[in-house]
Amino acid sequence: MTDILDEAPTAPASSDAAASTQAEVSAEMAAISREYADTGATETQPRLDYPPYRSSVLRHPTKDPHHADPEGIELWAPVFGHQDVDRLEADLTIQHRGEPVGERMIVTGRVLDGEGRPVRHQLVEIWQANAGGRYIHKRDQHPAAIDPNFTGVGRCLTDGDGTYSFTTIKPGPYPWKNHRNAWRPAHIHFSVFGPAFTQRMITQMYFPSDPLFALDPIYQSITDPAARDRLVATYDHDVTSHEWATGYRWDIVLTGSHRTPLESDTEGDDA
Amino acid sequence: MSRPAGDLQPTPGQTVGPFFGYALPYDGSSDLVPPTHPDAVRFHGRVLDGAGDPVPDALLEIWQAGPDGAVPRAAGSLHRDGFTFTGWGRASTDGTGHYSFATLAPGPTAPGSAPYLAVTVFARGLLNRLFTRAYLPGDDAALVADPLLASLDPERRATLVAAADDRGFVFDIRLQGDGETVFLAHG
Ligand SMILES: [Fe+2]
Repeated sequence: MTDILDEAPTAPASSDAAASTQAEVSAEMAAISREYADTGATETQPRLDYPPYRSSVLRHPTKDPHHADPEGIELWAPVFGHQDVDRLEADLTIQHRGEPVGERMIVTGRVLDGEGRPVRHQLVEIWQANAGGRYIHKRDQHPAAIDPNFTGVGRCLTDGDGTYSFTTIKPGPYPWKNHRNAWRPAHIHFSVFGPAFTQRMITQMYFPSDPLFALDPIYQSITDPAARDRLVATYDHDVTSHEWATGYRWDIVLTGSHRTPLESDTEGDDA
Repeated sequence: MSRPAGDLQPTPGQTVGPFFGYALPYDGSSDLVPPTHPDAVRFHGRVLDGAGDPVPDALLEIWQAGPDGAVPRAAGSLHRDGFTFTGWGRASTDGTGHYSFATLAPGPTAPGSAPYLAVTVFARGLLNRLFTRAYLPGDDAALVADPLLASLDPERRATLVAAADDRGFVFDIRLQGDGETVFLAHG
């Protein structure tokens, strides 16, 4: 996100942002953490209103979400099949003529619903920076090398057990303009569907023991330490592949379903 | 261990960030039907922030019934064949915060119910996705009888009803402030 952060140049949040130091942002995050710990409540999702992430200031709803019983179309999700996704799209290291630079890795895991049932034959999409922390995106101006052999976009369908698997390169951390000397911990963006529309989610997967976790307002917007730890993959030597790639495992659990999945949700052949 | 065995707490969401543009939209993602389809309608509008400024880096997804009210169960959204209605599409906003889909007007999924499109909103600066509904105008009796709309005061209710225009429907999304769109929790 060497983002033009706040494309709206008049937004007060962005001018404030330019002036903040890491120490100031860290102090804001620490204050929110203390206040959260004092409540004794358990939050499982990020706060939408999280001022240390400056871009959230004008982009979070101020009213609580309105409860709606899911009905009709909301109880179902779009269907994706092998006409949608080629198996080769799960390997981000073979999209160009040469090998991309960086640490080759396999990331795999299962997508489960809130009852622990596998989410079968559903779409998983990922995108990420290259090993140097640079995205193939015209708005990424971070002066790190573009890798002509790495686009950083992949897709797959989960198999009959809810398992997804990608082969890719470990992404690098990158600077962004939230505050002075702001750096994002290395991450892979994940987009996931469940069997119901209400389970749709986009998130980010992180790597173990990243020293940037404590400094990053996007990660810290999940105020509950156990909840944000659920975004961190585990190194798994059983996934690591001999003389080929290191391995990480990361399971994704969707919110509860309001409809028991039918056989017809999982039609089609196995991935 | 990032997730102890047996832990079925939901995985937290995170912002879509600014760099989804080369990853999530794809050719044809916003055309559920070809715009030249005789029954095509345009479903479009703007995404605005709390200052009333356009949000040029938002991503919207719609999911809807067909004109007959049936829930689409056909694959093929990512490689559209031009004939199969999958009911799902994806559009990013442009530099003016505007998004646009070509689709078919959904029918009621149950007799007498008010037709709507289910909408998901993602954006840089938005830490988790938002859900809402865009009801179609026209069937006033169905709109009045809708349980969700009936549970809202008139000003808030109006944020969930699209306006007709000459080619289809306009649905603006206000993330914050005056006229803030009603966003939904499905608990
Ligand atoms: Fe990112």
